[in-house]
Amino acid sequence: MNRQMGYIAGEYDVAVIGAGHAGVEAALAAARLGCATVIFTINLDSIGNMPCNPSIGGTAKGHLVREIDALGGEMGVAADANLIQCRMLNRGKGPAVHSLRAQIDRREYSKYMKYRLETTENLDIQQAEVVKIERLGERWRLLTHLETEYIAKAVIIASGTYLGGKIYIGDLVYESGPDGMFAANRLTRSLSELGISIRRFKTGTPARALRSSIDFSKTERQPGEEPVIPFSFETKEKLENRVDCHITWTTRKTKEIIEKNLSRSPMYGGRVRWVGTRYCPSIEDKVVRFADKERHQVFIEPCGLHTEEMYLQGLSSSLPVDVQLEFYRTIPGLENVKIMRPAYAIEYDCCDPLQLSATLEFMDYPGLYGAGQFNGSSGYEEAAAQGLVAGINAALKILGRPPMILDRASSYIGTLIDDLVTKGCSDPYRIMTSRSEYRLVLRQDNADERLTPIGRRVGLVDDLRWENFRQRQEAKKRERKRLKETVLPPTEQLNRLLVSCETTPVSTGVRLEDLLRRPQLDYQKLAPVDSQRPELDPMVREQIEVEIKYEGYIRRQRAAIDELRRLESRLLPDGIDYSEIKGLRKEAQEKLNRIRPANLGQASRISGVSPADLSVLVVWLGSRGRAENSES
Amino acid sequence: MGYAGYRIIYDNPKTEGSLPDPDKCRKAVVRGSGQRFFITALKMQEGEAMDRVIAAISTAVAPAGIGVVRISGDRAIEVAGRIFRPASKKRALEDAPGYTAMYGWVFDADGDIDECVTLVFRAPHSYTGEDVVELSCHGGPYLLQRTLRAAFSAGAVPAQPGEFTKRAFVNGKIDLTGAEAVMDLITANSRLAAKSALAVREGALYRKMETVLDELTTAAANLSAYVDFPDDDIPELESGALDKTLKKAEETLNNLLDKFDAGKVVREGIDTVIVGRPNVGKSTLMNLLAGHERSIVTPVAGTTRDIVEETVRLGDIILRLADTAGLRKTDDSVESIGVGRAESRLERAALVIAVFDGSEPLTEDDCELAEKSSRQTSIAVINKKDKGIIINTEYIKNKFKHTVLMSAETGEGLEELEKALGEITGVAALSDNEPILSTERQRLCVVRSLECIKEARQAIRESITLDAVGVCIDGAIDALLELTGERATETVVDRIFERFCVGK
Repeated sequence: MNRQMGYIAGEYDVAVIGAGHAGVEAALAAARLGCATVIFTINLDSIGNMPCNPSIGGTAKGHLVREIDALGGEMGVAADANLIQCRMLNRGKGPAVHSLRAQIDRREYSKYMKYRLETTENLDIQQAEVVKIERLGERWRLLTHLETEYIAKAVIIASGTYLGGKIYIGDLVYESGPDGMFAANRLTRSLSELGISIRRFKTGTPARALRSSIDFSKTERQPGEEPVIPFSFETKEKLENRVDCHITWTTRKTKEIIEKNLSRSPMYGGRVRWVGTRYCPSIEDKVVRFADKERHQVFIEPCGLHTEEMYLQGLSSSLPVDVQLEFYRTIPGLENVKIMRPAYAIEYDCCDPLQLSATLEFMDYPGLYGAGQFNGSSGYEEAAAQGLVAGINAALKILGRPPMILDRASSYIGTLIDDLVTKGCSDPYRIMTSRSEYRLVLRQDNADERLTPIGRRVGLVDDLRWENFRQRQEAKKRERKRLKETVLPPTEQLNRLLVSCETTPVSTGVRLEDLLRRPQLDYQKLAPVDSQRPELDPMVREQIEVEIKYEGYIRRQRAAIDELRRLESRLLPDGIDYSEIKGLRKEAQEKLNRIRPANLGQASRISGVSPADLSVLVVWLGSRGRAENSES
Repeated sequence: MGYAGYRIIYDNPKTEGSLPDPDKCRKAVVRGSGQRFFITALKMQEGEAMDRVIAAISTAVAPAGIGVVRISGDRAIEVAGRIFRPASKKRALEDAPGYTAMYGWVFDADGDIDECVTLVFRAPHSYTGEDVVELSCHGGPYLLQRTLRAAFSAGAVPAQPGEFTKRAFVNGKIDLTGAEAVMDLITANSRLAAKSALAVREGALYRKMETVLDELTTAAANLSAYVDFPDDDIPELESGALDKTLKKAEETLNNLLDKFDAGKVVREGIDTVIVGRPNVGKSTLMNLLAGHERSIVTPVAGTTRDIVEETVRLGDIILRLADTAGLRKTDDSVESIGVGRAESRLERAALVIAVFDGSEPLTEDDCELAEKSSRQTSIAVINKKDKGIIINTEYIKNKFKHTVLMSAETGEGLEELEKALGEITGVAALSDNEPILSTERQRLCVVRSLECIKEARQAIRESITLDAVGVCIDGAIDALLELTGERATETVVDRIFERFCVGK
């Protein structure tokens, strides 16, 4: 280890490799917590880049953004600042699944994030490719392609699709990162040499087309929704919808062309074997797997205010450029489309997340963390959430403070991380509301209530945000009390209102709370009979309404959460050799040795660990406790 | 002295064979989302640790053709080797490979005990997952006891009730459902119970559950896809169709629950009390049912002063039978205690057999009894048919759903009684191959699932939003998956991608 690697350019607490959505959050969190931090990117102009869809949020993803914001992360604020259209999805399907989704001006977003990094204290930005990392005692040594050397106490790898990136378009294969950036081709080898298990995932993106070549009259307009609801709890200014999206559909002809040319796709032509990406299927995948489906939906999304580039959601492909153009032109509105960037599939290196603990630190490599696509996930929001958690935990460790572990019942962030580190993934992991068993509790409206106190303890929630949060909580408490205590007399006016809302009239006094509980009524509808009502933050109002309406369901989920937390509190000590525990089935032994769960709760979620195995663990823990007691 | 290990106590302690000492008991409830189950951790004797060799007679201790002494543990073959002499001098038990049989003799310090066929199972390919030796001797109780004692003096210790199964369970040879079924198998003392316990093990119950699960999972996936991919063209969920699916699941589960109660009668028997005024022939009936003299039968009214208990089998039904003192007002202090007990017993019993003397006219006591017992699940026996019926049978038939005319003395009418009991307990409706829930734990899972389904349907009726409906369906799936140890969210997510073309 004495070999001179190069010129020592800096010593840091935290080094972040990659400045995408994961890297940015990680670096900002670590720096804001007071750690000297450096962030590496292959190109300064690709900081916070959106190489796929120009949008943030969506089902469950919108929840993640709210949660990131509640903890004191950046993505929500940045999205609000660069939002050009917004919709609240799933209205009418219930409060648990209301999800914000915004179209974002991607160049502006990237500029915003770069400026954020540049103006954050304790944070240095370096345009350089990290080509090697190795241990240096308790610290890490990083070497860049410029032959500069850095030393850091913690390293966070957030390499996205750059790591070993290889693009496929028909027969064409070339090494590349996303959006024409260089791939990072050398770091993988150094990780493998360390002993980290690396695998290869694939994802893809559709073509970008020139706006003026699209005939929007043949498509369906999808405007934004008013008023625009911000992601961040701290965004106070009014946001505006500035663009429309459009919807069109593939045709029978599209399908024919794709089917005819399947042999020219790298996958269906048999040149590569990709594990099917379930969440980002290419149009070829859709045509093959759902052969009886007549047509597939296409969203046309603007990439920003000052660009004519349009993103064609739903048309990801790895067919050759000529085939792409041919089938795109069979779609209404796209008959004369001009493609500016072709669709492509990209293959990249990532780690098996089962090697990580819930802090996102590698269990066998103290001080080394992973975040984002490197951990096997998919999506900007999933990446940012992990970046935030990795950044926070790297900093907390350096500061000698206990780690921040979010459990499944606390958040979608916790659910996402638990899924990754406990169950692993065989294709890029996407968050969904159905991934959470506690979704009536994990709503986007109450993300602050769930996580801001944690963010405050960690140190990312500043005084202003904290004060605003406390005021919202106070207001909520007062209003809940008022709703509980206010009894409306059975006046004619009230009963007229009730009947007009198709609910039964009352003959005695009735509490406001009980009225709100009726499915047919809501806060808005009760306004005429509720004259004492105070001015309320819409977010607070939403929380109250949901809590009252869904009280029974929420109570049940809370009981389940208590159960979970009890099991999670039974810790499995470090360094157990599960193959020594008699009675565990072989599969369970192997899985437990590999995943090394932190507690019985996590162990119970490992596939292949049966209830019988779990009971053996209980037995073993009990007898172990006894052995220790008798020794002492 | 401390926790040398744990024993799994099932919800019904009867299946375990003996009740744990409450002082030594420590209850740990282990519940994980999707994998909830109860373990009662029992403080066990030091000697009960897993590394010991255990032995027990594993066949009924009764005159029989063959009796088996089973020895299990790491040194089981060594222990067996000390009490077994192969007929062929060239062979030694210690060298026997797994799954082999050897003929020879068991012996102890006093000499040869019996001719014997010895089966060797080597870990992990045995019932318990440990080395196991089974000594099949001639079935006499004396010979078996002597063989067992020989095993003890050779180094084995007595197995606790259910310990073989516990070891099999701890060694991962059987899962929880399997373990419970095996527990039932051990205690099953009726033909039908043995059959239905086997059915669980072979998965008849699981297959039935699978059908329900499959439908629920598809419903949940439809719902989730609709919610998680609002921009994809997922067809809107029609709440009528959803409700129909739920209704079907509800019916199936309800059906399983109905059968559970009948199944329980088959497996564990039903608490039955025989009541009637003095000397109507209750004890004679009891003796008839039990097949031998159990109650003291004399013509003097009031002979039976305490409750006599007996477990008897009538066809497929096990009756845990109590013969009681005749119900009448009495001045005799001892007899009156008996009468009091009989009355409280009557109230607690799950099934009442009310006996009337058919050869005499109805008395006031008879009418009172008819009144009392007809409020419960009951059957009227009009006895002494052989002496001619003069009692007002119409009165009794009006009071009771089931009335049987018989003679306990001659046994005439016993078949009718058996048939009527079958109908009352629902056993008659059970067929041999039908899956039935076999334990309270399984029943509770189904009950919980059913509650969730009802809640989901109610939410649909009240137009509560789909997210809440979805959570209820998840709960229903989760409760059923507990029986198999899988997890709801994963199965639903997998189903979404199977069924829907979603994603950007």
